[in-house]
Amino acid sequence: MYLKMLRIRIFEEQVNDLYRSAKMPGLAHLYIGEEAVAVGVCSALRDDDYITSTHRGHGHCLAKGADVGRMFAELVGKEAGYCRGKGGSMHIADQEKGNLGANAIVGGSMGIATGAALSAKRRGTDQVAVCFFGEGALGQGILYECMNMAALWKLPVIYVCENNLYNEYTHYLETTAGDIALRPAGFGIPFHEANGQDVLEVFKTTEALVERARQGQGPAFVMCRTYRQHGHHVGDVDRAYYRPKEEERQWAEERDPLTILAQSLIAEGVAEAVTFDRMEEEVRTQIQEGVKFALEAPYPTPDEVTMHVYSNG
Amino acid sequence: MSIRMDRVARPEIAVAERQLTMAEAVREALAQEMRRDPRVFILGEDVAEAGTPFKVLSGLVKEFGTDRVMDTPISEAGFTGIGVGAAMTGMRPVVDIMFGDFLFLALDQIANQAAKVHYMSGGKLKVPMVIRTTLGATRRSAAQHSQSLHALVSHIPGLKVALPSTPYDAKGLMKTAIRDDNPVVIFEDKLSYTLKGIVPEDDYLIPFGQADVKRVGDDITLVATSSMVYVALAAAELLAQQGISAEVIDPRTTVPLDVKTMVDSAIKTGHVIVIDEGYQSYGVTAEIASVITDGAFYNLDAPVKRLGAMDVPVPFSPALEDLTVPTAEKVAELAINLCRKRS
Repeated sequence: MYLKMLRIRIFEEQVNDLYRSAKMPGLAHLYIGEEAVAVGVCSALRDDDYITSTHRGHGHCLAKGADVGRMFAELVGKEAGYCRGKGGSMHIADQEKGNLGANAIVGGSMGIATGAALSAKRRGTDQVAVCFFGEGALGQGILYECMNMAALWKLPVIYVCENNLYNEYTHYLETTAGDIALRPAGFGIPFHEANGQDVLEVFKTTEALVERARQGQGPAFVMCRTYRQHGHHVGDVDRAYYRPKEEERQWAEERDPLTILAQSLIAEGVAEAVTFDRMEEEVRTQIQEGVKFALEAPYPTPDEVTMHVYSNG
Repeated sequence: MSIRMDRVARPEIAVAERQLTMAEAVREALAQEMRRDPRVFILGEDVAEAGTPFKVLSGLVKEFGTDRVMDTPISEAGFTGIGVGAAMTGMRPVVDIMFGDFLFLALDQIANQAAKVHYMSGGKLKVPMVIRTTLGATRRSAAQHSQSLHALVSHIPGLKVALPSTPYDAKGLMKTAIRDDNPVVIFEDKLSYTLKGIVPEDDYLIPFGQADVKRVGDDITLVATSSMVYVALAAAELLAQQGISAEVIDPRTTVPLDVKTMVDSAIKTGHVIVIDEGYQSYGVTAEIASVITDGAFYNLDAPVKRLGAMDVPVPFSPALEDLTVPTAEKVAELAINLCRKRS
């Protein structure tokens, strides 16, 4: 799990560099600081379980098993990318690993995840669907429509709310009334809270709920408290007007998910500091190779533009 | 609505005797496809025991059960999204949106999700989903239950759009839609559900993008969609009394659109009126008129004319509502004007 979190961390640092050196077009929303959520949740899933992701989705993709090189290729718009360069950062989908796609509409994938759960139930598989969304999506009505149906039909879907405290540039307490826990509870959906900086806690919480869903006992809701160490997107650098620097410092220095796991592993005597250094070296090499592959890969040819508007046509 | 008789001549199936209403034809298409393919299921408001307010689905739940004919809460965005997710993962849902006007509630799921998933995933994911809904005014249902919004979805790449006008077409187009790997929106005219026509019991498909010539003529082409096919056919009768021979073409699908059949007819007749029940501005009539003009410009004797619904919210009062949709008389008057100008 540490390795997976580290891969996301270094991947995202590289995305930041690519963007700043103008090698990456468009937008990128970094997942740095939230790695324990994606890794904790996806470690509780099988390859054939489904996830739906968000605009801040690189972490979910990697945690579900995506290849670094093909992801970078997608981010820079190359044909070798997961979506042949036609989806980009906010739409990476990886069907083979059950990733039904990131979504650039906040709350846009509630229906997709819930529908995948309905499909799993109808087809008689024991697959589970996880719907990742940020706390900003608590404002979207479709969440409540879908939770209602998931509860009525006892669907194997887990709603994972990544509460990173900010709806873009606005603190969630300014946009969210009442007690979040009561919202799923109103539909009879069990609500659980996990420390989103502690990958083991996220994993254990999710694992139990995934198992419960697999056995036909219906949906669950997990809220992971976490923090976006960078801005809303890579260009969001002057953030003092919506959140204090001291808050950013505290989360980065005192509540970083990688540091927390590394320290506990060292304290338990399971690993030594040098192990983590070696891992980092290994991941950095892997990431560099991925970037190199992506930058050298060819762009899609112009005939690609009209391909895949329709299936078989 | 005395003009809405089934006057559709189909010589190739004249031997078949069986008549079904449009509603029965849709139901038979769904039942046959559900028997053929266990992945097909229906979800929407009041689709099971109620069989929809128009009774189109009556009886299906008895044969297929509530797992395959699923009543949903009144949550158009939610259950349409659930349809998208189910379609992406191996099912073939038929999502029922009771009134076309309610498409607006589900538009993010239709236009931003269903329509784009295949493209955004570089062709890896598919959304084989049908959205069944209605169009058509003059039921005294006022502004939020009377709109014909097929232009709205025809505008979005990634969606296919079908508009059956006859029971025969309704069955064949529905079966094709269910077997298509793309999201298809089918609009049924609410006033046509009781209309009868010849429908063979066997399994037949109508390919998308293939217009149907509902009446052959030489002097003017009337391109008409859905409910307006009957307006055009009635107009053609009126024109025949004036010695004008009108050809009536029903595109049957706006996406894909059979440009060739319409252009060939325009080249033959030299006069064209496009009739559609959607709002006239920025609508289906504009697109069709434009492609016909492009393809037949040098053979046209007059500009291509358009008749859509008036650009007003559909009023309740019968005295006002009837003014908003094209009528056979209006079509005939315009046609006579066009044809007489030349001679």
